[in-house]
Amino acid sequence: MARHWWKALAILLVLYVIIAGFTVKIPIIGTNGQSSRGLFFHVPMWICMYTMFAVSVTNSLLYLTKYDLKRDVYASSAAGIGTFFGILGFATGTLWATYTWGGTLTDDPKQMCTAIAILIYMAYLVLRLSIHDIDKRARISAVFNIFAFALLIPLTYIIPRMVDSLHPGSASTPGFASKDTDGGMKMVLYPAFIGWTLLSVWIYSLVVRYKKLELKNIFK
Amino acid sequence: MINKAFSFCLTWALLLISVLANAQQQDTESGAVNQFFRSNGKIYVIVGVLVIIFLGIVLFLINLDRKISKLEKREKNNL
Repeated sequence: MARHWWKALAILLVLYVIIAGFTVKIPIIGTNGQSSRGLFFHVPMWICMYTMFAVSVTNSLLYLTKYDLKRDVYASSAAGIGTFFGILGFATGTLWATYTWGGTLTDDPKQMCTAIAILIYMAYLVLRLSIHDIDKRARISAVFNIFAFALLIPLTYIIPRMVDSLHPGSASTPGFASKDTDGGMKMVLYPAFIGWTLLSVWIYSLVVRYKKLELKNIFK
Repeated sequence: MINKAFSFCLTWALLLISVLANAQQQDTESGAVNQFFRSNGKIYVIVGVLVIIFLGIVLFLINLDRKISKLEKREKNNL
Protein backbone atom coordinates (compact mmCIF):
# COMPACT_ATOMS: atom_id res chain seq x y z
CA MET A 1 0.00 0.00 0.00
CA ALA A 2 2.90 2.36 0.77
CA ARG A 3 3.90 2.61 -2.89
CA HIS A 4 0.39 3.68 -3.87
CA TRP A 5 0.53 6.97 -1.92
CA TRP A 6 0.85 9.07 -5.06
CA LYS A 7 -2.36 7.59 -6.47
CA ALA A 8 -4.19 8.62 -3.29
CA LEU A 9 -2.61 12.07 -3.56
CA ALA A 10 -3.85 12.36 -7.15
CA ILE A 11 -7.40 11.44 -6.12
CA LEU A 12 -7.40 13.90 -3.19
CA LEU A 13 -6.00 16.75 -5.29
CA VAL A 14 -8.50 16.29 -8.13
CA LEU A 15 -11.35 15.99 -5.61
CA TYR A 16 -10.18 19.27 -4.05
CA VAL A 17 -10.04 20.85 -7.51
CA ILE A 18 -13.58 19.72 -8.38
CA ILE A 19 -15.03 21.05 -5.10
CA ALA A 20 -12.96 24.26 -4.87
CA GLY A 21 -13.12 24.83 -8.61
CA PHE A 22 -16.85 25.41 -8.44
CA THR A 23 -17.05 27.23 -5.12
CA VAL A 24 -13.97 29.48 -4.94
CA LYS A 25 -14.58 33.20 -5.50
CA ILE A 26 -13.38 34.33 -8.92
CA PRO A 27 -13.31 37.73 -10.64
CA ILE A 28 -16.04 38.13 -13.28
CA ILE A 29 -14.45 39.59 -16.41
CA GLY A 30 -16.08 40.47 -19.73
CA THR A 31 -17.80 37.75 -21.73
CA ASN A 32 -16.24 35.04 -19.54
CA GLY A 33 -18.53 35.32 -16.53
CA GLN A 34 -18.40 32.14 -14.47
CA SER A 35 -16.86 30.21 -17.38
CA SER A 36 -13.42 31.32 -16.16
CA ARG A 37 -13.66 28.28 -13.90
CA GLY A 38 -12.89 26.29 -17.03
CA LEU A 39 -9.28 27.26 -16.33
CA PHE A 40 -9.17 24.67 -13.53
CA PHE A 41 -10.18 21.85 -15.85
CA HIS A 42 -9.13 22.90 -19.37
CA VAL A 43 -5.49 23.87 -18.73
CA PRO A 44 -4.52 20.72 -16.69
CA MET A 45 -5.45 18.63 -19.75
CA TRP A 46 -2.64 20.35 -21.66
CA ILE A 47 -0.20 19.90 -18.78
CA CYS A 48 -0.98 16.16 -18.83
CA MET A 49 -0.53 16.11 -22.61
CA TYR A 50 2.86 17.82 -22.48
CA THR A 51 4.02 15.51 -19.68
CA MET A 52 3.01 12.41 -21.62
CA PHE A 53 4.53 13.62 -24.91
CA ALA A 54 7.79 14.46 -23.09
CA VAL A 55 7.86 10.94 -21.61
CA SER A 56 7.11 9.58 -25.08
CA VAL A 57 9.89 11.42 -26.93
CA THR A 58 12.43 10.59 -24.19
CA ASN A 59 11.68 6.90 -24.54
CA SER A 60 11.83 7.11 -28.34
CA LEU A 61 15.30 8.64 -28.08
CA LEU A 62 16.34 5.93 -25.60
CA TYR A 63 14.93 3.27 -27.95
CA LEU A 64 17.16 4.54 -30.77
CA THR A 65 20.27 4.25 -28.60
CA LYS A 66 19.89 0.58 -27.58
CA TYR A 67 16.93 -0.79 -29.57
CA ASP A 68 15.26 -2.09 -26.40
CA LEU A 69 11.64 -2.90 -27.28
CA LYS A 70 10.48 -1.99 -23.76
CA ARG A 71 11.27 1.63 -24.61
CA ASP A 72 8.97 1.37 -27.60
CA VAL A 73 6.16 0.18 -25.32
CA TYR A 74 6.77 3.15 -23.00
CA ALA A 75 6.90 5.60 -25.92
CA SER A 76 3.76 4.39 -27.67
CA SER A 77 1.71 4.16 -24.44
CA ALA A 78 2.67 7.69 -23.46
CA ALA A 79 1.86 9.02 -26.93
CA GLY A 80 -1.57 7.36 -26.78
CA ILE A 81 -2.42 8.78 -23.35
CA GLY A 82 -1.01 12.18 -24.38
CA THR A 83 -3.22 12.26 -27.47
CA PHE A 84 -6.21 11.29 -25.31
CA PHE A 85 -5.61 14.24 -22.97
CA GLY A 86 -4.94 16.50 -25.97
CA ILE A 87 -8.34 15.63 -27.43
CA LEU A 88 -9.98 16.30 -24.03
CA GLY A 89 -8.20 19.68 -23.85
CA PHE A 90 -9.24 20.57 -27.38
CA ALA A 91 -12.85 19.53 -26.79
CA THR A 92 -13.12 21.55 -23.57
CA GLY A 93 -11.48 24.49 -25.34
CA THR A 94 -13.91 24.48 -28.26
CA LEU A 95 -16.88 24.31 -25.88
CA TRP A 96 -15.52 27.23 -23.89
CA ALA A 97 -14.77 29.21 -27.07
CA THR A 98 -18.32 28.70 -28.35
CA TYR A 99 -19.71 30.77 -25.48
CA THR A 100 -16.94 33.34 -24.96
CA TRP A 101 -15.28 33.91 -28.34
CA GLY A 102 -18.46 33.50 -30.36
CA GLY A 103 -17.32 30.51 -32.39
CA THR A 104 -16.44 26.88 -31.85
CA LEU A 105 -13.51 26.87 -34.28
CA THR A 106 -12.18 30.42 -34.29
CA ASP A 107 -9.21 31.89 -36.15
CA ASP A 108 -7.24 31.82 -32.89
CA PRO A 109 -3.71 30.67 -33.82
CA LYS A 110 -3.25 28.62 -30.66
CA GLN A 111 -6.44 26.65 -31.30
CA MET A 112 -5.56 25.96 -34.93
CA CYS A 113 -1.92 25.07 -34.26
CA THR A 114 -2.93 22.74 -31.44
CA ALA A 115 -5.33 20.97 -33.77
CA ILE A 116 -2.45 20.42 -36.21
CA ALA A 117 -0.17 19.15 -33.41
CA ILE A 118 -2.77 16.63 -32.23
CA LEU A 119 -3.30 15.46 -35.82
CA ILE A 120 0.45 14.83 -36.12
CA TYR A 121 0.31 12.61 -33.03
CA MET A 122 -2.75 10.83 -34.41
CA ALA A 123 -0.67 10.16 -37.54
CA TYR A 124 1.96 8.59 -35.24
CA LEU A 125 -0.64 6.22 -33.80
CA VAL A 126 -1.98 5.33 -37.27
CA LEU A 127 1.55 4.81 -38.58
CA ARG A 128 2.15 2.24 -35.85
CA LEU A 129 -0.94 0.32 -36.88
CA SER A 130 0.27 0.11 -40.49
CA ILE A 131 3.57 -1.72 -39.79
CA HIS A 132 3.44 -5.34 -38.63
CA ASP A 133 7.14 -6.04 -38.14
CA ILE A 134 7.70 -4.97 -34.53
CA ASP A 135 11.33 -3.89 -34.89
CA LYS A 136 10.64 -1.88 -38.02
CA ARG A 137 7.55 -0.39 -36.38
CA ALA A 138 9.53 0.62 -33.32
CA ARG A 139 12.33 2.28 -35.32
CA ILE A 140 10.15 4.18 -37.79
CA SER A 141 7.71 5.37 -35.15
CA ALA A 142 10.57 6.44 -32.84
CA VAL A 143 11.97 8.69 -35.57
CA PHE A 144 8.49 10.00 -36.40
CA ASN A 145 7.89 10.71 -32.70
CA ILE A 146 11.01 12.90 -32.48
CA PHE A 147 9.81 14.98 -35.45
CA ALA A 148 6.32 15.18 -33.93
CA PHE A 149 7.72 16.56 -30.66
CA ALA A 150 9.99 18.95 -32.55
CA LEU A 151 6.84 20.34 -34.22
CA LEU A 152 4.70 20.34 -31.05
CA ILE A 153 6.74 23.02 -29.27
CA PRO A 154 6.82 25.67 -32.05
CA LEU A 155 3.20 24.94 -32.99
CA THR A 156 1.76 25.31 -29.49
CA TYR A 157 4.26 27.60 -27.72
CA ILE A 158 6.17 29.77 -30.21
CA ILE A 159 3.84 30.59 -33.12
CA PRO A 160 0.83 31.58 -30.90
CA ARG A 161 3.07 34.11 -29.09
CA MET A 162 4.32 35.71 -32.32
CA VAL A 163 0.85 36.69 -33.53
CA ASP A 164 -2.26 38.04 -31.82
CA SER A 165 -4.24 35.38 -30.00
CA LEU A 166 -7.57 35.27 -28.25
CA HIS A 167 -5.95 33.26 -25.49
CA PRO A 168 -5.24 35.56 -22.52
CA GLY A 169 -1.66 36.65 -21.94
CA SER A 170 -0.58 35.23 -25.27
CA ALA A 171 1.90 38.00 -26.01
CA SER A 172 3.52 37.70 -22.56
CA THR A 173 4.01 34.78 -20.19
CA PRO A 174 0.46 33.53 -19.67
CA GLY A 175 -0.79 32.34 -16.32
CA PHE A 176 2.50 32.59 -14.48
CA ALA A 177 2.82 36.39 -14.60
CA SER A 178 1.70 37.64 -11.18
CA LYS A 179 -0.88 40.09 -12.58
CA ASP A 180 -2.43 37.78 -15.19
CA THR A 181 -4.18 35.26 -12.94
CA ASP A 182 -6.11 36.03 -9.75
CA GLY A 183 -4.41 34.74 -6.56
CA GLY A 184 -7.46 32.74 -5.47
CA MET A 185 -7.56 30.97 -8.82
CA LYS A 186 -3.91 29.97 -8.53
CA MET A 187 -4.71 28.21 -5.22
CA VAL A 188 -6.83 25.82 -7.29
CA LEU A 189 -4.90 25.87 -10.56
CA TYR A 190 -1.54 24.62 -9.29
CA PRO A 191 -2.98 21.67 -7.28
CA ALA A 192 -4.98 20.90 -10.43
CA PHE A 193 -1.77 20.65 -12.46
CA ILE A 194 -0.19 18.24 -9.95
CA GLY A 195 -3.34 16.16 -9.38
CA TRP A 196 -4.23 15.67 -13.02
CA THR A 197 -0.62 14.94 -13.99
CA LEU A 198 -0.38 12.23 -11.31
CA LEU A 199 -3.69 10.80 -12.54
CA SER A 200 -2.39 10.68 -16.12
CA VAL A 201 0.78 8.94 -14.92
CA TRP A 202 -1.41 6.36 -13.15
CA ILE A 203 -3.39 5.67 -16.32
CA TYR A 204 -0.13 5.52 -18.27
CA SER A 205 1.35 2.96 -15.86
CA LEU A 206 -1.76 0.78 -16.24
CA VAL A 207 -1.47 0.85 -20.04
CA VAL A 208 2.25 -0.01 -19.88
CA ARG A 209 1.60 -2.98 -17.57
CA TYR A 210 -1.19 -4.21 -19.82
CA LYS A 211 0.99 -3.98 -22.92
CA LYS A 212 3.87 -5.75 -21.17
CA LEU A 213 1.54 -8.64 -20.27
CA GLU A 214 0.34 -8.73 -23.86
CA LEU A 215 3.89 -8.92 -25.19
CA LYS A 216 5.33 -11.15 -22.44
CA ASN A 217 6.73 -13.68 -24.92
CA ILE A 218 8.99 -11.02 -26.38
CA PHE A 219 10.32 -9.83 -23.02
CA LYS A 220 11.06 -13.31 -21.64
CA MET B 1 -18.55 -8.43 -5.93
CA ILE B 2 -21.26 -6.10 -7.26
CA ASN B 3 -22.85 -5.95 -3.82
CA LYS B 4 -19.51 -5.03 -2.29
CA ALA B 5 -18.90 -2.27 -4.81
CA PHE B 6 -22.40 -0.91 -4.33
CA SER B 7 -22.17 -0.75 -0.55
CA PHE B 8 -18.76 0.90 -0.87
CA CYS B 9 -20.14 3.57 -3.21
CA LEU B 10 -23.15 4.19 -1.00
CA THR B 11 -21.00 4.54 2.11
CA TRP B 12 -18.78 7.03 0.35
CA ALA B 13 -21.68 9.06 -0.99
CA LEU B 14 -23.27 9.29 2.46
CA LEU B 15 -19.92 10.14 4.06
CA LEU B 16 -19.36 12.90 1.53
CA ILE B 17 -22.78 14.43 2.06
CA SER B 18 -22.29 14.43 5.82
CA VAL B 19 -18.88 16.08 5.48
CA LEU B 20 -20.29 18.75 3.16
CA ALA B 21 -23.22 19.31 5.47
CA ASN B 22 -21.01 19.86 8.49
CA ALA B 23 -19.19 22.63 6.65
CA GLN B 24 -22.40 24.70 6.63
CA GLN B 25 -24.47 26.12 9.46
CA GLN B 26 -26.81 23.61 11.04
CA ASP B 27 -30.42 24.26 10.19
CA THR B 28 -32.75 22.15 12.27
CA GLU B 29 -35.96 23.21 10.55
CA SER B 30 -35.64 21.68 7.07
CA GLY B 31 -32.48 19.59 7.34
CA ALA B 32 -28.96 20.90 6.93
CA VAL B 33 -28.16 18.81 3.85
CA ASN B 34 -31.31 19.89 2.06
CA GLN B 35 -30.62 23.53 2.90
CA PHE B 36 -27.02 23.29 1.77
CA PHE B 37 -27.77 21.77 -1.60
CA ARG B 38 -30.43 24.41 -2.30
CA SER B 39 -28.10 27.34 -1.55
CA ASN B 40 -26.23 29.65 -3.90
CA GLY B 41 -27.94 28.86 -7.20
CA LYS B 42 -27.75 25.09 -6.48
CA ILE B 43 -24.15 24.95 -7.69
CA TYR B 44 -23.40 22.36 -4.96
CA VAL B 45 -25.69 19.90 -6.73
CA ILE B 46 -23.39 20.06 -9.76
CA VAL B 47 -20.33 19.73 -7.50
CA GLY B 48 -21.94 16.57 -6.08
CA VAL B 49 -22.67 15.23 -9.56
CA LEU B 50 -19.07 15.72 -10.67
CA VAL B 51 -17.67 14.26 -7.45
CA ILE B 52 -19.77 11.13 -7.97
CA ILE B 53 -18.64 10.80 -11.61
CA PHE B 54 -15.01 11.30 -10.65
CA LEU B 55 -15.23 8.78 -7.78
CA GLY B 56 -16.79 6.31 -10.23
CA ILE B 57 -13.85 6.70 -12.59
CA VAL B 58 -11.44 6.34 -9.66
CA LEU B 59 -13.12 3.13 -8.49
CA PHE B 60 -12.86 1.80 -12.05
CA LEU B 61 -9.14 2.64 -12.14
CA ILE B 62 -8.49 0.99 -8.75
CA ASN B 63 -10.33 -2.11 -9.91
CA LEU B 64 -8.34 -2.19 -13.15
CA ASP B 65 -5.10 -1.74 -11.23
CA ARG B 66 -5.93 -4.73 -9.01
CA LYS B 67 -6.91 -6.91 -11.96
CA ILE B 68 -3.64 -6.18 -13.77
CA SER B 69 -1.67 -6.88 -10.56
CA LYS B 70 -3.44 -10.22 -10.26
CA LEU B 71 -2.58 -11.09 -13.88
CA GLU B 72 1.04 -10.08 -13.32
CA LYS B 73 1.24 -12.31 -10.26
CA ARG B 74 -0.23 -15.24 -12.15
CA GLU B 75 2.22 -14.76 -15.01
CA LYS B 76 5.12 -14.66 -12.55
CA ASN B 77 4.05 -17.92 -10.90
CA ASN B 78 3.63 -19.69 -14.25
CA LEU B 79 7.13 -18.92 -15.45
